[in-house]
Amino acid sequence: MYKRNRALNYKKMDLEIIKLIPLEHYIYFSVALFCIGVVGVLMRKNALIIFMCVELMLNATNLLLTAFSAYRGDATGQVFVFFIMVVAAAEVSVGLAIVVMIYRNSRTTDVGILNNLKW
Amino acid sequence: MNLRNVLIMPFLADKLFYFLTFVALLSALLVVFSKKPMRSVLFLIITFFCLSGHYVLLNAQFLAAVNLIVYAGAIMVLFLFTIMFLNLKSDVVDKRSVLTQLTATISGGIMLVLMVALLRQAEITVIKEGVDGSVGLVESLGKVLFRDFLLPFELASVLFLTAMVGAVMLGKRDAGDKVI
Amino acid sequence: MSGLEISIALIPLLPFLGFLINGLGFKTVPKSLVGPLGILAVVASFALTLSVFMQFNALGKQPILVNLFEWIAFGEVSIRFSFLVDQLSLLMLMVVTGIGSLIHIYSMGYMSHDEGYGKFFAYLNLFMFSMLLLVMGSNYLIMFIGWEGVGLCSYLLIGFWNKNNDYNDAAKKAFIMNRIGDLGFLLGIFMLLGLFGSLEYIEVFNKVATGTFSVGDATITAITLLLFVGAMGKSAQVPLYTWLPDAMAGPTPVSALIHAATMVTAGIYMVVRSNALFVLAPFSLEVVGYVGVLTALLAATIGIFQNDIKKVLAYSTVSQLGYMFLALGVGAFTSGMFHVITHAFFKALLFLGAGSVIHAMSNEQDIRNMGGLAKDLKITYITFLIACIAISGIPPFAGFFSKDEILLHVFEHNKLLYALAVLGSAMTSFYMFRLLFLTFNGSFRGTAHQREHLHESPLVMTFPLIVLAVLSMAGGFMGLPPVFSSTNWLGAFMEPLFANAKIVNPTMFAHPHASHTMELILMGVSTFVALASMLVAFVVYGKGKNIPAEDSTYQGVTKLVYNKYYVDELYNSAFVKPLMRASELFYTFVDKQVVDGIVEGVGKIVKGTSERVRTLQTGDTSFYLLLMVAGILTILALNFL
Repeated sequence: MYKRNRALNYKKMDLEIIKLIPLEHYIYFSVALFCIGVVGVLMRKNALIIFMCVELMLNATNLLLTAFSAYRGDATGQVFVFFIMVVAAAEVSVGLAIVVMIYRNSRTTDVGILNNLKW
Repeated sequence: MNLRNVLIMPFLADKLFYFLTFVALLSALLVVFSKKPMRSVLFLIITFFCLSGHYVLLNAQFLAAVNLIVYAGAIMVLFLFTIMFLNLKSDVVDKRSVLTQLTATISGGIMLVLMVALLRQAEITVIKEGVDGSVGLVESLGKVLFRDFLLPFELASVLFLTAMVGAVMLGKRDAGDKVI
Repeated sequence: MSGLEISIALIPLLPFLGFLINGLGFKTVPKSLVGPLGILAVVASFALTLSVFMQFNALGKQPILVNLFEWIAFGEVSIRFSFLVDQLSLLMLMVVTGIGSLIHIYSMGYMSHDEGYGKFFAYLNLFMFSMLLLVMGSNYLIMFIGWEGVGLCSYLLIGFWNKNNDYNDAAKKAFIMNRIGDLGFLLGIFMLLGLFGSLEYIEVFNKVATGTFSVGDATITAITLLLFVGAMGKSAQVPLYTWLPDAMAGPTPVSALIHAATMVTAGIYMVVRSNALFVLAPFSLEVVGYVGVLTALLAATIGIFQNDIKKVLAYSTVSQLGYMFLALGVGAFTSGMFHVITHAFFKALLFLGAGSVIHAMSNEQDIRNMGGLAKDLKITYITFLIACIAISGIPPFAGFFSKDEILLHVFEHNKLLYALAVLGSAMTSFYMFRLLFLTFNGSFRGTAHQREHLHESPLVMTFPLIVLAVLSMAGGFMGLPPVFSSTNWLGAFMEPLFANAKIVNPTMFAHPHASHTMELILMGVSTFVALASMLVAFVVYGKGKNIPAEDSTYQGVTKLVYNKYYVDELYNSAFVKPLMRASELFYTFVDKQVVDGIVEGVGKIVKGTSERVRTLQTGDTSFYLLLMVAGILTILALNFL
């Protein structure tokens, strides 16, 4: 009985943030975060920092998805975020393994020096 | 009672939003511009915390928790570990030429402007009343995840397994490799 | 399927089986078995045909439709793979399988020394299969399959001795000329399908009969003209006749079977089959008639001056085919078919006789080097003589009745055509007896070596000659003219075929018949003309005198006719050479310059640009990233356009 009541409470719950903050603000925030990530990726030479900037961009997307999900009352967006996190975690583990491997072979994590991807 | 109502007074919500946004953007910029990798990682963690705060504001409590555990916890620890393991120093010149920096900044700026301009044009319709605020709670999210997205969820475990095997294989030292 | 249906389906399938066995086992089937196998397949077909014919008569002469399977179905149209057995296809069946059997038997003797013996029988059987499909199909598409099949076999058999390039050229010529006709036929079929939504004979002709087409309908005229173009190619009519004389490059039994008795009559069969359409288009019939008479005369004149025994017969065939089309042109479909049948008898006989001569003369074909063969080749001589009498139209042999029937109908229809036809008839008699006298009379003009080897052919070759000679003598009695007998068996038998035609154009069949006196006078005229020509031929060539001179000595008109009116040369310079020159031009200019230029140009452009562009690929990951971002920016910017 108690559980059912709690669920009912949630159903009735409104989100104040929807009334207080327009969705546009979340969008602009996400865009800004994403662009910072892009600048970082382009500017830095350290493979690790580039990785971090990629994570930043991913998180900008996550936030946007969550915001949309919350503003529409649709859980699918958040499930999507969950899967993005899964992929990101897998990606980071493999990516960092590669970075370690590269460092072990060439003693650097500078992508400017790793210029073997050519003809 | 729910977590958000306990932690944050409703009337503080909008102030909190701007505060978190400001801190997140600032620390994101510091991630990019700090000289030492270690500091970048720490600022990134701060950014993630801010984002978790945003999730809480959006009543996406499950994601807030997962974000802290997975990103701020696991992934960032992995970064920290790697940096320490590789013993990366800031004395390595990490910055690029002025031209490249300029190009990067301009590109990012143009992208920001373009996206904002485009999004201004877009019609974003938002229903402000009657939206179900409980979708981000563990209960409802769990139902969706295990009912509608069961197969992707299971496949995700396969992905993890693959990533794990891949990481181990990559990190393994072959016989005859130099010891760092 | 009932027993009758199975036996009908087996008629074409047996030769096909023979083809498969002899064709696939070309090298493995023992030589002693090849001939009997091939013959057995065709003779069995003939026996089945006879039994089907009996049952057809017993069952009240109703058309039998044997539906094997639905072949093509789209929209409302359904084309079935089915056979139709009615009076017309039965007549053709009997001619094809009957003569085919005899020629198969003959081939066993004639080809016995050839290294391609098995191949030959395989091709012959394949030809039989195609020809039977052609005459048995219940719709125009099956007919077309057979039509193309016999064309292919004709090509294969003309070029049977493919080590001689001239023969290959002749085969190609036959094939290409036929293609021109086939295009017309195919277009005609398409138009039929468009107009009636069906290709089944029964459905089409019923629709014609119940439809509201007026006589002279433009669409029908177009269809019939196109169909006739097909017939022109296959049946060697002006202007598409030049392939048939060249087709004599093939072995003689092939000339007898394909290029005299059966395949070349496919055009006549097709026109008779479509009689309900043709009677609706008097203009087309008019064209058919004039093309026929023109062909008959042209070929006859050329035939007079030919010195190759087979070439004479070939032009004679073209000429006789012209007669058949002349008959069709005046609406005498029965007479046309009658002539097809009798012509099959005596022309097959003539060719086989010529084959026997060639066989005896060690492959000599020039009649200037023959003469006096009557003594050594008695059976051949007598049968050849019978055939000559038959083709010349001297009573009471087969040719007289059929040709006379044609002449009678032509006379009723158009006096000018009649005069031309009689002229052609005179020439026919002349060149046939010229051939006979030059070959068999007088003294021997060949080499001593040939003299020694002169011999009558073995029984396996003379037996078909004798059978055909009997048929050539007696074949005419199946269609006795009204003056001699009140029952014309063939006419009565074929009557039901024209039921639809009579509904759509009754006037065509209602013209007044000539009186018996008139009929007798006409007979007298044609007999007299034939006998007179024979006499002239005897006077000129009978005693082994006036042997045709060397090729170079001909002058004036004679030279023109001897060289076949230079039609081949005309076609050469009118079509072949311009085509060659155009091809040359297209090759040197369009292909070499334009096409190659484009193809190589693309390659050069790609090579040149990549030489420059590849330096962009620095290997610097961040540069790639920058480019990627630039790309994203471009896509975003495109949204503002």
